[in-house]
Amino acid sequence: MKEASAGTLESGDILVRIAPAEKPGLDVHLESSVAYQFGEQIKQVITETLNGLGINDAVVDATDKGALDCTIRARVTAAAVRATGKDVWAD
Amino acid sequence: MNTLEERKALIEATAQRMGKEIHTESPAKATEPRTALQHESPKLVSLEEAIRRTGLRDGMTISFHHHFRGGDKVINMVVAKLAEMGFKDLHLASSSLIDVHEPLIEHIKNGVITRISTSGLRGELAKAISSGIMQEPVVFRSHGTRGAAIANGDIHIDVAFIGASSADPMGNSCGYSRSENAKSICGSLGYALPDAQHADKVVILTDDLVPYPNHPASISENLVDYVVEVESVGDSSKIASGAIRDTKNPRDILLAQQAARVIINSGYFRDGFSIQTGSGGASLAAVKFIREEMLHQGIKASFALGGITAHMVKMHEEGLIGRLVDVQSFDKVAAESLKNDPMHQEVSANEYASADEAGSATHLLDIVILSALEVDVNFNVNVLVGSDGVIRGAIGGHPDTAADSALSIIVCPLLRGRIPCVVDEVTTLITPGSSVDVVVTEYGIAVNPRRPELAERLEAAGLKVVDIHALAQRARRVIGNPAPLPFGDKVVGVVLDRQGRVQDVIKSIG
Repeated sequence: MKEASAGTLESGDILVRIAPAEKPGLDVHLESSVAYQFGEQIKQVITETLNGLGINDAVVDATDKGALDCTIRARVTAAAVRATGKDVWAD
Repeated sequence: MNTLEERKALIEATAQRMGKEIHTESPAKATEPRTALQHESPKLVSLEEAIRRTGLRDGMTISFHHHFRGGDKVINMVVAKLAEMGFKDLHLASSSLIDVHEPLIEHIKNGVITRISTSGLRGELAKAISSGIMQEPVVFRSHGTRGAAIANGDIHIDVAFIGASSADPMGNSCGYSRSENAKSICGSLGYALPDAQHADKVVILTDDLVPYPNHPASISENLVDYVVEVESVGDSSKIASGAIRDTKNPRDILLAQQAARVIINSGYFRDGFSIQTGSGGASLAAVKFIREEMLHQGIKASFALGGITAHMVKMHEEGLIGRLVDVQSFDKVAAESLKNDPMHQEVSANEYASADEAGSATHLLDIVILSALEVDVNFNVNVLVGSDGVIRGAIGGHPDTAADSALSIIVCPLLRGRIPCVVDEVTTLITPGSSVDVVVTEYGIAVNPRRPELAERLEAAGLKVVDIHALAQRARRVIGNPAPLPFGDKVVGVVLDRQGRVQDVIKSIG
C-alpha cells in the first residue's frame, strides 16, 4: 500500500487520504462540518467500506464537507483502489 | 386713532393676561453672505466630542444600522472609541450584526458591551456568543418588531449612531450622495429611521460632508444632534455583488421554477398584486420566471417590497412593477435607483413591517418568497440557528412578512450537504407554522393543511403536492439519524415574537 487520496473539499464532498499503517488496525481521523451530528456515523461508513475491501490496517485522514454516505463510500473506495493498486471495479 | 403707541397699554395688558413676555426690538441682523454658513454648524464635532456631548453614561443603550452589511465600518469604529473613552456596561441595539463585527468579542470580554439586541448574528461573533461569552442573553427581534419596540419604548435608545453616505453640517442625511466626492452608497436607511425618530440623541457619521441643503434627505436635521465627519462609513462593494448574477445551480433553478409555478397558480397572481422576494439564488431566479409570465399574461404588479434587488429595479423600469418600497437596498443598482427614481421609495422599519402599524407595507403584501435554514413538519421555520446549534443567521423580516402576507412561500432544498432542511422540529422557532403557507423543495411542494384551497389550486395546475411528513422522512432516509447536539444549560439568546413576547430561547453550545 502507498499513500493515496480521493475527493475534494467542495461542499457535499469528502477528501479521503489513505496511508499505510504503522500499527495494526484502522486509524480513522475525521474533520467534518457536521461532526456533532454525524461524526460517528461517517467514521463507521469509512471503516465498513475499507473492511469490505479487505483493508484492515491503514491510517485514514478524512476532511468532510457534509457528504452523504454514498459519496463517502465512493471516495473511500477510490482512495483505497489508488492506495492498493487493486481495481475493485474490474471483473 | 389706533397706533402702535396707543396700543401699548393694551399689548401689556394682553401679555399679562396670556402670561407672555412683551416683544422687544431685536439687535441688528447679521448681514454677511450665508454661503459660508452652508459649510459649518455647531453640530459638527469630532466623534469623541459628539459622544461626550450626548451625555452617554455607563449602562445606556446605543444603536446602529447594518445597511452596509459586510462593509460596515461604523459599529467597530464607534465601539472602539467608546472602549477607549472608558465606557462600560453598554447595551448595543443594532438592526443586525454580521461577520465584520467580530471585534465586538473583545469589547464583550472587556465589559464595554454587556447586552445586545439584534436581528441576527454571524461569523465568529455568533460562535462566541453561542459558546456563552455573555452573561445576558442576546435579544433577537424581527425588523418589524425592532421598529415597533423602538416606537413603543421596549427599546429605549439613548444615543443612535447612524452611518450616512452624505450629510450636511445640520444633519440632513442620506444613504447615498449627490456630490462628486461620494465615497459610499447603501441606499435605503430604513432600519435606522426609527432610531433617528425616537433616540434621545442622534449622531450622524458621514464620509461625505456636503454643503447645506442636502435635500431631499432621508433623515431630517431636526432629528439630528451631532454630525461627525469620518474617513469611511462603509465599503459599498460588500453590500452585495454589484451586478445581477443569475444562478447556474440546477437545483436552485428547479426550486425557482417550482416557486414561480406556485405563485402563478396560487390565485394571487392577478393584476395589481404585490410581492416581496429575498436575495438568494432561487429567489432571484423565481423573479425571472414570474417576469416572463407577467409579460405573457399582461399582468402588472402594484409594488415590490423589502430588500430591493437589481432584478426588481429592472422590472420597475420595464413598467412591470409600479412602485418599489425599500427598507433595505440589497445591491448597488437598487441603491442608485432609490437615489434617482421618485417611484422607488425609502420606508422605515415601522412602515415596512411593524405589527403595530395597520399601514405598514407587509399588511398590504400579497406574496412573499422566503428562504429557511430549517422547516419542520408543523411548518415552523428557523432562519437564525444552524442545525449544529450555533447561531448563524438573522430573523430579518421573515416572521413579519410571513404573518402579514396573503401567501407566504418558503423555498429550500431538502438537504444542504448532509444537513436536512425539512425536519421533525426546528432547532429554534422563528416563524410560527401558522403563518407559513407553502414549502417548495425539489422533492415536492408541501401546503399547510390550514390552506386546503391552495393545495387544490396547485394540484389542479399539475404541481406535485406532497405531505410535509413525507419530505422529512425522505431527508432522514438519506442522511441517517443525527446524534443529539451537545447543548449547554445557559440561555445565550431570546427570540421575541412580533408582539414582543418571549417565543423561544437559544441554549449555549460547544
